[in-house]
Amino acid sequence: MSKHVELKNHQREIYYFRLRLALSIAFVMTLMLILLARFFYLQVVRHDYYQTLAESNRISVVPIVPNRGLILDRNGVVMAHNYSGYTLEITPSKTHGLEETINELATLIEITPKDRKRFKKLLAERRDFETLMIRNRLSDEEVARFAAQQYRFPGVEIKARLFRDYPFGEKTAHLIGYIGRINQTDVERLEENDLAANYRGSDYIGKAGLEQSYESELHGTTGVEEVEVDSGGRAVRMLSRSAPVSGNTLVLSVDAKLQEIAEQAFGNYRGALVAIDPRNGEVLAFVSKPGYDPSLFIDGIDPQNWDELNNSPDTPLNNRALRGQYPPGSTIKPFMALAGLHYGERSPSYTISDPGFFTLPGSSHQYRDWKKGGHGSVDLFKSIVVSCDTYYYGLATQMGIDRIFEYLSGFGFGKKTGIDLGRKTEQGYDGESSGLLPSQEWKMRRFKQKWYAGDTVSVGIGQGYNLVTPMQLAMATATLANNGVAYLPHLVREVRSTRSGESRLIVPKQTGELKIPADQIDLVKRAMLAVTQPGGTASQAAQGAPYHIAGKTGTAQVVGMKQGEKYDASKLDERHRDHAWFIAFAPAEQPTIALVVLAENGGHGGGTAAPIARKVMDYHLLGKVPQPLPDSAATGEPEHD
Amino acid sequence: MTKRQLWLRFTAHLDMPLLLGLGLLMLTSLTILHSADNGGWGQPLKQVLNILVGFTAMWIVANLPLHYLMRTALPIYTLGVVLLIGVALFGDISHGARRWLNIGIATIQPSELMKIGVPLMMAWYFEKHEATLTAKNYIVATLLLLVPVALIARQPDLGTALLISASGFYVLFLAGLSWKVIGGLFVAALASAPVMWSMLHDYQRHRIEMLFDPSQDALGKGYHTIQGMIAVGSGGLLGKGYLNGTQTHLDFLPERTTDFIFAVYSEEFGLLGNLILLGFYLLVIGRGFIITANASTYFTRLMAGSITLTFATYAFVNMGMVSGILPVVGVPLPLMSYGGTSMLTLMLGFGMLMSIETHKKLVKT
Repeated sequence: MSKHVELKNHQREIYYFRLRLALSIAFVMTLMLILLARFFYLQVVRHDYYQTLAESNRISVVPIVPNRGLILDRNGVVMAHNYSGYTLEITPSKTHGLEETINELATLIEITPKDRKRFKKLLAERRDFETLMIRNRLSDEEVARFAAQQYRFPGVEIKARLFRDYPFGEKTAHLIGYIGRINQTDVERLEENDLAANYRGSDYIGKAGLEQSYESELHGTTGVEEVEVDSGGRAVRMLSRSAPVSGNTLVLSVDAKLQEIAEQAFGNYRGALVAIDPRNGEVLAFVSKPGYDPSLFIDGIDPQNWDELNNSPDTPLNNRALRGQYPPGSTIKPFMALAGLHYGERSPSYTISDPGFFTLPGSSHQYRDWKKGGHGSVDLFKSIVVSCDTYYYGLATQMGIDRIFEYLSGFGFGKKTGIDLGRKTEQGYDGESSGLLPSQEWKMRRFKQKWYAGDTVSVGIGQGYNLVTPMQLAMATATLANNGVAYLPHLVREVRSTRSGESRLIVPKQTGELKIPADQIDLVKRAMLAVTQPGGTASQAAQGAPYHIAGKTGTAQVVGMKQGEKYDASKLDERHRDHAWFIAFAPAEQPTIALVVLAENGGHGGGTAAPIARKVMDYHLLGKVPQPLPDSAATGEPEHD
Repeated sequence: MTKRQLWLRFTAHLDMPLLLGLGLLMLTSLTILHSADNGGWGQPLKQVLNILVGFTAMWIVANLPLHYLMRTALPIYTLGVVLLIGVALFGDISHGARRWLNIGIATIQPSELMKIGVPLMMAWYFEKHEATLTAKNYIVATLLLLVPVALIARQPDLGTALLISASGFYVLFLAGLSWKVIGGLFVAALASAPVMWSMLHDYQRHRIEMLFDPSQDALGKGYHTIQGMIAVGSGGLLGKGYLNGTQTHLDFLPERTTDFIFAVYSEEFGLLGNLILLGFYLLVIGRGFIITANASTYFTRLMAGSITLTFATYAFVNMGMVSGILPVVGVPLPLMSYGGTSMLTLMLGFGMLMSIETHKKLVKT
C-alpha cells in the first residue's frame, strides 16, 4: 500500500517537475525572443542611426587653418607677417586642478600676472575643447626645460603656432590695424554671412584697419583633414585631405618709408597726415598720431593696458585721419575761391579794401580778420596768399550757404571718401566719419532753427558749423590738384593670390569730375604756389625746395574768442591751443602727391604743419631722408595765417 | 587496452550533443577573440589554455559517479561561506569592492565558487528531505541561498549576488515551490524595490539610471552602454565583416575581450551572426533541458535544471546588457568572454550535466 502511494507520488512528482521544466523552457524562449526583438530593433530599425554614430565616432574632421596673407608696402616692404613660435597651452579638463597646475608651471617657466590675467580671460570665453594659451613666445631653453618635465603636467603641452607680427608697430597701427581672438559677436556675424565653416579652427579675425577691411582676402581658405580617430581622439590614419589655401597678399599703395618719415616728422604732436597720389587715388601715407602697440590686442588686451590706452587724454585709439572731425579753418579758402569764381560772385580782378574786419549790413558785430588793421587792398590771388579772412566773410555771405553747400559737395566735403578701411559692408566701409557740410536744410533738421546770415560768415573761413576729417580734406586737395577729377582713395594697390600667384590690380576709379574752367583752377593753383613763396603764409617751410609746392595753411580754433579779445597761445592751456592745418600738393605744375597735415594744438599751420609736409614731400619727390631734429616743435619765428 | 578501448573509456562519460554545442561556442569565442585582440593571437591562445583547463575539469566531474558529486555539496558550500566571511573580514579591496581573498599562494574570488556551490547545496538538501518535504524545508533552503547572497551583495557585487539568487531560485522553483509563495515573492520583490534602491551604492544606481538614459553621461558612466549599442546597431543585417568592426578596432568598445565581446561579434557579423550565436546557445540549453528531463533522481533533476537555466540567464543578461536593455552588471558572456575563472565554473557545471546524463544509464543497467 505504502509502496503504491509512494509510486503514485513519484509519478505525480515527475509530472509536476516536467510541467515546471516546460515553463522553464518557455521562460528561456521568452528571453531569447526579447533579445531577438532588441537585435532587430538596433540592427535593422535603427541601423542607419547607429551607423552614423559609428562613423562620427570614427571620423574626425580636423580643420587646417590657412596662413594669413601678408601685407606689403608698395615696394615690397613687409608691414604684417606671420612667424612661428612656441606657446605653452593648457587643456583645463585634462589637468588635475587648474590653479595648482599653473602654480607648479610657474616654478619652471616664468608666468607673469599678465599671463595669468589673459589666461583667465581666455578661460571665460573659450569654445568647447580648445587648448588655452598660458604663455607665448617661449625661448628654446624654456621649451627644453618644460619638455623634460612634461610628464608632471597632464593637460599641458607645447604648441607651435603662427603669430602675427607688425614690424612697424605703433607707426602703422591706424593703417594696418590688428587681428584679435574671435569673440561671440564675430561668430554671430560670420554665421550671418555664412562664413562660419571657413573659420572652423581659426582663432583670429581682423579687428581694425586693413586687417579688418580686407579680412576676406587675408584669411584664406581653411583646409580639411578627415582622420580616423580612436576613442582617445588620437589620429590613427588620414582618410582625405584638402589643403588650406593661404590668404592673399596685400600690396599697398602706401610707402612704408614715407609713412615712417611722416610719423616721425610729427615729433610730439598729435595729429594726422594723409598723402594721396592725385592722379589715381593711391594713398601714399596714412598717419594718425599717437598710435598704439597693435600686438597688445592680438590675444586680448589686459585691463591695465586697456585702461591706459582708453583713458589717455591723447586718445591713441582714435583714428584721427579717418574719424577726427575738425573745423577746416583757412584751408577751405581755395575751395571757397573756386566757388566764388564758379558762381560769378568774384572775378580774378575784383578787389576789396580790407579794414581788418567785416560787418553784416544792419549789424555792428565785427567779424575780425586775423590781422589787426587788415591787409589793405585784396584780390582773389592775394586773399589766398595772405589768407585774408575779410575777403571770404564777404564772399560767403554773397554766395549764401546753399550755394556753398552745393559747390563744396563736389569736392567730397560732408561725405565719406570711401577709403578701404573699416568693416566692409554692403554700403561700403564703415568706420569713417563724414564730417559736416552745413546747409539750411541741415540746420533745420539738426537744430530746428532757421539759418542766419551770421552762420554763413564764419563758414567762409572754415570756422562755422563745418567740420572735415583729414581724409576728406586730403581727398579735396587731391581733387583740386588733379584739376577737379576725383579718384576713389585706396590703400591697397594689388591683391596677390597665393594659390595662382596672379595679381589683381586695384584699378583707379574715378568718382567724379568737376568741370572747372582752366583759368579758374590756374589762378587758385598759382595763388597756392605763392603761399609757399616769400610773402606767403608757408614760405619758411618751403624755403630751398628744388620743386614747387602749392599749399594753404589753416588754423582751427579750439575755443571761441570774445569780441576784442586777443589770442595769446602762451596764456592758453596747451589743449586749447589752435589746431594747425596745412594742405599741399607738389610739384605744383604736375602734382604727384597731395597731402594734408593736421597738428592738434599745433598753433599756426605755416609754422607747425607745413614743415611736416615738407619732409614728406622731400622724401617722396627727392628721396631725401630728413635728419632728425633735436626738437621738431621749435621751428623759429611764428608765421601768421 | 587497445586504442579503441582507450577512446571509448575516454568518451564514455562525455555527452556528445552537449559537447558539440560547447565546441561551437568555443570556436566562435576564439574567432572573435582574435578580432577583439586587434588581430593578435595572444588572447585566443590564452583562452585555448582556459578551455583545456576547463575541459579537464569537466571530464573529471563527468566521470565522477553521482554520489561523489552529492558528497561534495556540503564541504564546498561550507568552504564557500567561510571564504566569503573571510573576504568580508580580510579581503583585498580593488575598484572599491572587497571581492578577493588572498590565501597566500593566490588571490581567489569565493563568489565564483558559490555559483556552483549554492545550487549544489540546495539540490543536495532537497534530495535529503525528498520524502518528507514541508514548508520548513523550503524556508531552510531559502536561507541556504540567502546567506551567501547577502555576503556577496555587501562586497558589493550585486551582479553576482543576483545571478546566484537566480540559480538558487531555479532550484526552489523546480523543487516545487508553491505558486502562492512565488507570487508572494514577486509582490515582495516589487514592494521592496524602493528600499533596495536606497540601499544601492552610487555606482550601482548610476548603472541603472544609465539604462534609461545613457546619453546623460555619454563620456562617463553611460559610455559603455552607448558604445555597445552603437557597435551592435551599426553592425546591421550582415555585419561589417570579420576584423572590420570600427568600434572594436578603434578602441571605442570598453572591455571588448571580456564583458563586451558580444558587441565585437555583433558589429562584425550582424543580425545574421546573432541568430547563429543564439542557435548555438539554444543547442546547449536545449540539450541541458533534455538531460534535465531524463534525469533519474530528485537531486540530478534539480541540479541539471538549475545549471541549464543559470547558463541561459547568464547569456541573456550579458547580451541584454551589451544591447542596452539591462544595466551593466559585469557578467561575462558564457563560453565566449575571455577568462579562466568563469570558464572553469561553467565547465564544472557542464561536467555535472554530463555525469548526470551518463551515470543515469549505468544506474539503470
